[in-house]
Amino acid sequence: MAIGVRTHDLRKVYTSAAPLGAAGGFIARSDAKGSKPAKTQIAALDGLSLEVHPGEIFGLLGPNGAGKSTTVGVMTTRVRPTSGKAWIGEHDVWQEPAVIKRLIGVVPQRPNLDFSLTAREILTFHAAYFGIGSRERSERADLLLEKFKLADRANQMVRGFSGGMMQRLSIARAMMHNPEVLFLDEPSAGLDPQTRILLWEIIREYNQAGKTILLTTHYMEEADALCHRLTIIDHGRILALGTPPELKASIPGGYLLRLRFGNQTADLLQRLQSLAGVREVKAADGTGADVYADRGGSLIPEIAAVAVSIGAELSDVHISEPSLENLFLHHTGRSLRD
Amino acid sequence: MNWKTFGAMLARDAQVARRNAMQLFFQTFLQPLLFVFIFGKVMVGSGYMPSYYKSLLLPGIIAISMVFTGIWAVAMPLIAEFQWTREIEDRLLAPISISWIAIEKVIAGMIQAVVAGLVVIPLAWLVLRPGVDLSVHTPVSFSAIILLVAAFSACGGLALGCSINQQHIGLMFGMVITPMIFFGCTYYPWSALKTFPILQKLVLVNPLVYASEGLRATLVPQFPHLAVWAVLTALVLFDALLLAVGLRQFDKKAVS
Repeated sequence: MAIGVRTHDLRKVYTSAAPLGAAGGFIARSDAKGSKPAKTQIAALDGLSLEVHPGEIFGLLGPNGAGKSTTVGVMTTRVRPTSGKAWIGEHDVWQEPAVIKRLIGVVPQRPNLDFSLTAREILTFHAAYFGIGSRERSERADLLLEKFKLADRANQMVRGFSGGMMQRLSIARAMMHNPEVLFLDEPSAGLDPQTRILLWEIIREYNQAGKTILLTTHYMEEADALCHRLTIIDHGRILALGTPPELKASIPGGYLLRLRFGNQTADLLQRLQSLAGVREVKAADGTGADVYADRGGSLIPEIAAVAVSIGAELSDVHISEPSLENLFLHHTGRSLRD
Repeated sequence: MNWKTFGAMLARDAQVARRNAMQLFFQTFLQPLLFVFIFGKVMVGSGYMPSYYKSLLLPGIIAISMVFTGIWAVAMPLIAEFQWTREIEDRLLAPISISWIAIEKVIAGMIQAVVAGLVVIPLAWLVLRPGVDLSVHTPVSFSAIILLVAAFSACGGLALGCSINQQHIGLMFGMVITPMIFFGCTYYPWSALKTFPILQKLVLVNPLVYASEGLRATLVPQFPHLAVWAVLTALVLFDALLLAVGLRQFDKKAVS
């Protein structure tokens, strides 16, 4: 029986440095004595409530620093929320952390493999932490090493592994104790396309075995290809929630035309708005305009004509079809990769 | 309490220690043996030191070996794992409460410290003999002191390992460990400080003093030493204090 994940009004305010999960890079945190920067309060989560249904693949989509890792951290007992609650199934994450840890598997954003052990030992010790008997853990380790194409490196220390191999081993490790809910924080960051496809297949297969999967990503294609439902978050708040087709349908018109002019005036924006098929016009930085419309290329001659008629020369055009990227842009005015 | 998880974590640490056995051996024993050789053999053999200094020195050397081993075994991996490799995260996600993960580290450190202490005794004895007058008259007190010293070193390692930033490791050795060793009554008995009365009071805040004096009291009681009850009381207090600080710091590091 699959189990779901819920959060209610989660808030997390950091008073010093960023969270472990989100504090990318190898640099130590500078919260030690001696270097005391003025304490700034950063709200990483700002009243986040969401519900992941049992047995679904749910995506958290957002740019760097949106609060994705902090959300995963709270749900996986690693980040204590300032307020609010989180549940895995019926268990409160912060009341019963030891129970929660049995139910979840976590693949962190940055590999945290045990460098003192071989690949195989990493899997078998992990299973031993979960009380799995020695024969079973040995069998499961072999199975997963095979599945993740690591069998030939099983008895090597992981220090010399490539990034992709470490990532695969991290996922294999998270699956060793057969958790009901699998959290993957940016699982395909830094993977080559081939490995990414292998990873997607494995995630789908694990999900088909009745498991709930929550993944964070800032790759639109990944969210689009894998997730049953997803939410777009930014500044620790939910901007949109739904299935990928629903979310794409919510973009006015679907097509986005990013235009740039020699000069841009209110009159120009108004004239653009009045063109047939245009749903919404937003002024973009400086001399640009974002036009949401239900057609793409066929609008260009008309736009060019409008521009000429009021003396604002059209200097650049970019047309994109309905996508989650456009949805994000629509809600925030920023690109996901900014 | 989940004993299976706890046992598996100990097994993991044992496996890592086995793998690094040679490195650990030299790291733990080379320095004390060189010290024993120079001060116990060369200086005594050439007449600069009286021959009874051999017996006086040995308990201090055992104390240094144990304390250094325990601190190193717990603190260094924790500094690296929390700040650099994040290896510990796999264990932080194991189905056991956070404090027990810290306690497992302390137990693993204690075992290493006890092994270091028990191995350095015959090694040093081999280098120093003949003329070392060593005997265990009170095995219960001796065992209690060995365990409390091991606990103090491992708890100290926990507290330091969870408080020190990786760029300050050098500072930790220069500012904490080195003064601790030199003012720890390791190379001289506490009573030798009586000509420096203020210093003699000040060094009592150094837990290594009780380790050296306690081992001196139980191994070479013919030399002046602090009372065993005072040593035991002080070590219990230091153990409790360092464990409490260590657990608090560990929790802070483990959960942000």
